[in-house]
Amino acid sequence: MISSRGRLVPIVTVLASLIVVWYFSAVGMNWDLQRNAFENANNANFTVSDMITGTLNQERPRLPAPHQIVAELNKSVLQVAPDSKRSLVYHSIVTLEATLLGFAIGSLSGIVLAMLIVHLRSLDKSLMPWIVASQTIPIIALAPMIVVILNQFDITGVVPKAVIAAYLSFFPVTVGMVKGLRSPDLLQMDLMRTYHASRSQAFFKLRLPSSVPFLFASLKVAVAASLVGAVVAEITKSEDGGLGARLLAGSYYGQTIQIWAALLAAASVAAGLVILVGGAERVTLKAMGARV
Amino acid sequence: MNPVLTTLMIWAIGWTSVITLMKVTEAQGRSKHVSDLVVPIIFGATLLGIWESVIWGFHVPQIILPAPSSILHKLFTSLPTLGADFVQTMKGLLAGYILGCSLGFLVAVLIDRSSFLQRGLLPLGNFVSALPIVGVAPIMVMWFGFDWQSKAAVVVIMTFFPMLVNANAGLAASGDMELDLMKTYGASPLQTLLKLRLPAALPFIFNALKINATLALIGAIVAEFFGTPIVGMGFRINTEVGRMNIDMVWATIVVAALTGSAFYGIIALIERRVTFWHASYRQKH
Repeated sequence: MISSRGRLVPIVTVLASLIVVWYFSAVGMNWDLQRNAFENANNANFTVSDMITGTLNQERPRLPAPHQIVAELNKSVLQVAPDSKRSLVYHSIVTLEATLLGFAIGSLSGIVLAMLIVHLRSLDKSLMPWIVASQTIPIIALAPMIVVILNQFDITGVVPKAVIAAYLSFFPVTVGMVKGLRSPDLLQMDLMRTYHASRSQAFFKLRLPSSVPFLFASLKVAVAASLVGAVVAEITKSEDGGLGARLLAGSYYGQTIQIWAALLAAASVAAGLVILVGGAERVTLKAMGARV
Repeated sequence: MNPVLTTLMIWAIGWTSVITLMKVTEAQGRSKHVSDLVVPIIFGATLLGIWESVIWGFHVPQIILPAPSSILHKLFTSLPTLGADFVQTMKGLLAGYILGCSLGFLVAVLIDRSSFLQRGLLPLGNFVSALPIVGVAPIMVMWFGFDWQSKAAVVVIMTFFPMLVNANAGLAASGDMELDLMKTYGASPLQTLLKLRLPAALPFIFNALKINATLALIGAIVAEFFGTPIVGMGFRINTEVGRMNIDMVWATIVVAALTGSAFYGIIALIERRVTFWHASYRQKH
């Protein structure tokens, strides 16, 4: 409790100064646009305060002011029905579907592959270096192509997006889980041997429980990566909507406020997912007897 | 020959050679690093062989998946285009990487003396690393135009926070004993920083540099999906997919993968040279 209270004041201060800087930048960045607007309207005798109110309330500003984004969020979250195409809730749910489906597929196959790697030495030797190496390549570059390939097989809708999300969340889980399943030290493994434990007993009673903290650490990374995958997939496959499609549409039509609102929605979805996984982690570790 | 048979044969050859190689090296107990290198190469070659034989054997159309040989052919016949794309993407990537990493490092050093700012900024930095930052790409394209500057801006934002968080953790990594020793020498805070705390922070800084190498490439490529001059790896992937030139897409992906691995490898190599004293390298000798 003390540590969280010790953090609250600094975080609020930093956020507040961020908003102040934001307002000043909004005035600065929209200044020229506003002066042009006044000059085009033959309104030569505008005052500085006219300019400032103008810069903070433009329709398509270079940098929207925070209150404009809040107004847009209010409009697109609370004022329209959640199943309308103009609702951010609708688009968030589209993105969330692909994210969660992909996250489930990706982390399950990551866990299974990690179990195989830990138990088959040949697979460990031959496959593991490739998995580690694949972390250094921009997998996201494959996203547009996966959509096209799956389209050839008449697979459309949420699945192609989920495949990309799964692909991105798969690697962190595999690497983390292999590390976790190998984390019991030699002494503990020897103890299992003196108990005459079978391989499956050693797995379920020692390896699996000791891998749980590693699993949750990589699940947090994986769920964030899965969301990035879903958003990027929606950029290349924008006809079904989703937050990525919303970003793309906003950038086509110069609707800056809409882009920022979609970004904030994506950020809150990401935060929600990470917090959920963190909560699951705390509950699981507590049930396993860890003192957190 | 029957395509199924060919595929199975390639797989069998690859598998048996991996198994025998492992048995031989285990029996001898030496030349372990040779097998560590050769086994994954055999595995990769086997996969490529299976891929190639499946494509030709089952007459898979080029549009779904081109064979490795046609990708390689495309790669070598369109080197000028791929080279121009590479240069364009690297401009944004390197400018953003250098700027983002240095800014993150500088801010970490600046807030080092203020625990208030650290408590305010670091949770924020950790939080930001979970966000889909690539989403700022359309905004950066609007602000900085279609050319590499907007890509650099995306990369700056993506690389800043990992460096800030890691460098800050690194600056806190010196031991109490060592700090006490500096105090008994009467070292000024600047001297302590330069002679003890920065060197001790190097492993953390290199960790961030490696994470950022991958992030920067992702940022640069995805930012190009939102608009570029008609050159760049992300642009190439997006347009050639639209024109159904899938072999060109794969060729670009090969270039991107090689770039990513090389970038990461270079940083890892520098790390090994600079932090040779660190436990993770000493143990291996």
